Amino acid sequence: MCTANTESLKQKMAEYTGKVEKALTKFPERKNLPQNRVYTPLDVQGLDYEKDLGFPGQYPFTRGVQPTMYRGRFWTMRMYAGFSTAEESNKRYRYLLESGGTGLSCAFDLPTQIGYDSDDPIAEGEVGKVGVAIDSLADMEILFDSIDLGKVSTSMTINAPAAILLAMYIVVAEKQGVSPDKLKGTIQNDILKEYAARGTYIFPPKPSMRLITNIFAYCSQHVPNWNTISISGYHIREAGSTASQEIAFTIADGIAYVDAAIKAGLNVDDFAGRLSFFWNAHNNVLEEVAKFRASRRVWAKIMKERFGATNPKSWMLRVHTQTAGSMLTAQQPDNNIVRVALQTAAAVLGGTQSLHTNSKDEALALPTENSVRIALRTQQIVAYESGLADIVDPLAGSYYIESLTNQIEKETWEYIEKIDEMGGAVVAIEKGYIQREIQESAYKWQMEVENKQRIIVGVNQFQVEEKPVEGLLRVDASVGELQKKKLAELRARRDNTLVEATLIKLEAGCKDESTNLMPLILDAVKAYATLGEICGIMRKVFGEYQAHVSL
Amino acid sequence: MEKRIRVLVAKPGLDGHDRGAKVVARALRDAGFEVIYTGLRQTPEQIVEAALQEDVAVIALSLLSGAHNHLFPRIVELCRQKDMSDVLIVGGGVIPDTDIPGLKAAGVAEVFTPGTTTSAIIEFIQTNVK
Repeated sequence: MCTANTESLKQKMAEYTGKVEKALTKFPERKNLPQNRVYTPLDVQGLDYEKDLGFPGQYPFTRGVQPTMYRGRFWTMRMYAGFSTAEESNKRYRYLLESGGTGLSCAFDLPTQIGYDSDDPIAEGEVGKVGVAIDSLADMEILFDSIDLGKVSTSMTINAPAAILLAMYIVVAEKQGVSPDKLKGTIQNDILKEYAARGTYIFPPKPSMRLITNIFAYCSQHVPNWNTISISGYHIREAGSTASQEIAFTIADGIAYVDAAIKAGLNVDDFAGRLSFFWNAHNNVLEEVAKFRASRRVWAKIMKERFGATNPKSWMLRVHTQTAGSMLTAQQPDNNIVRVALQTAAAVLGGTQSLHTNSKDEALALPTENSVRIALRTQQIVAYESGLADIVDPLAGSYYIESLTNQIEKETWEYIEKIDEMGGAVVAIEKGYIQREIQESAYKWQMEVENKQRIIVGVNQFQVEEKPVEGLLRVDASVGELQKKKLAELRARRDNTLVEATLIKLEAGCKDESTNLMPLILDAVKAYATLGEICGIMRKVFGEYQAHVSL
Repeated sequence: MEKRIRVLVAKPGLDGHDRGAKVVARALRDAGFEVIYTGLRQTPEQIVEAALQEDVAVIALSLLSGAHNHLFPRIVELCRQKDMSDVLIVGGGVIPDTDIPGLKAAGVAEVFTPGTTTSAIIEFIQTNVK
């Protein structure tokens, strides 16, 4: 890739290393620095441009999935939002769209994510806290009121009950006069990382994988532009993993989903083009860029070589990104604006398809409207002013970036091989292997921070005396009561005989493994059966996942 | 040999974020405590029952979902009802400063917010355990 006299270079490199080796002993040791201090053509020997990098939009997609990348259009600026009631969240969505956001991203509260209605005793205290409470189609109608679902693309962070929320979305769209084939968006629908890192699982792996493949099959027929899964490394990284572990464990999950769908009789090219990914944009800018590039190359090889996909769309790792929430500090929170700007740069240089930027106050509470605006403006500044989006994959060819891309790819293959040997991601999770690897990294990070081998500005160095932050967003405590009241009214108003009939059919469907559950769930949703009632039926038939607790 | 301090690290409510709970649990164990971790999604009743069964001196609660004002005081109250007022109850997570006085008034001995070192938690427990 560039002319270099290898022998002469090796000698000069040795001289340089000898010199700095001596000088560096005077400085305190910082952990986790890259292997070398300087990178040269020696580190990218054997790199074959056409084979390893190629052109943007071409196999193996190291340089990006589209030929035009941001010269065509910018990434989708998609801010994750949702809290309190559907009415409140609808207001926030309309505010974001009016502020130049280009896609929606729905956060649901924990009872919704775990399949409980707001009036379930277990939901006490949690309703509307980390996202919006959705109990039935009636709430979903309010959530998207005056938002044209034919125009907007919507991502929903929903996993165990993904089929139900997707069904609600389809029905709301139909009521707006928008047919399912026009819908654009994503459901997270990634149960494996829930077991491994995020915690909002309901059912055991087998029925969960069935629900996922049911969605793949249904959408390939009826909702062809929908991303049926967002295979997520984000939460694995948030739980403490390294960059390589983030993509390795996630790609291993991806392999498990593709395997399951093929086993269920689907043709790989019929669904693989709708698989999408979700990465974390962490603090180390260049490591993150290399991670994005390596992940695309690995996935392309897996889809082409391992699964024999022939449609180029099936080879592409399309990715949504969120800046790292766990890297926000409660200390001197204004500094988080700078962290998020750097993380945004990493995601853009890495070639993301869409991005959520965190707000400065999120180590303390859900973000206020003002801090969300700064976060969105950060993306707009990077897009329009920084020049980072002007050239496709501008860091390609950097000795360091290419070498690091290779290294992360290598580490990823090593993990994938190990997980394959164990019997795949499901087994690796059931054995607690992936959880332990993540915990180990998390603990190591924490100890590095406590020993000051890793400096976090404002946390373990450069601290100041601070007053408590004022003006944080508070979710009104009455939201739980409000949702209970709405539920009671709904149960009195709807046709309960019809609800009962749809639930009986759903139960029968759950018991018959060959039934695709999507049409049955759609019928129940249309009858205004609640999320808790539908999940209750499934809990009864499928049972609940018993987590592997390890320390 | 001095009796080791027994700590129940617990995740009340529906929150799935357990990075902090696990890091704290391991740091406590490395510091010589006997640690029991409940796993996710524990009701206040389950946590207090586990604390009673395991005869712990400390309950360390971790919660990042915002439900702390509801769940932490409930756990303190259940401990009182079971005559376990000598159990030291501490909590941590994404908890706004303005909520801390209320939690302390309810009987939570200390609230650790993001950025707290595990050594600070260890020291607090060693100093305050009854």
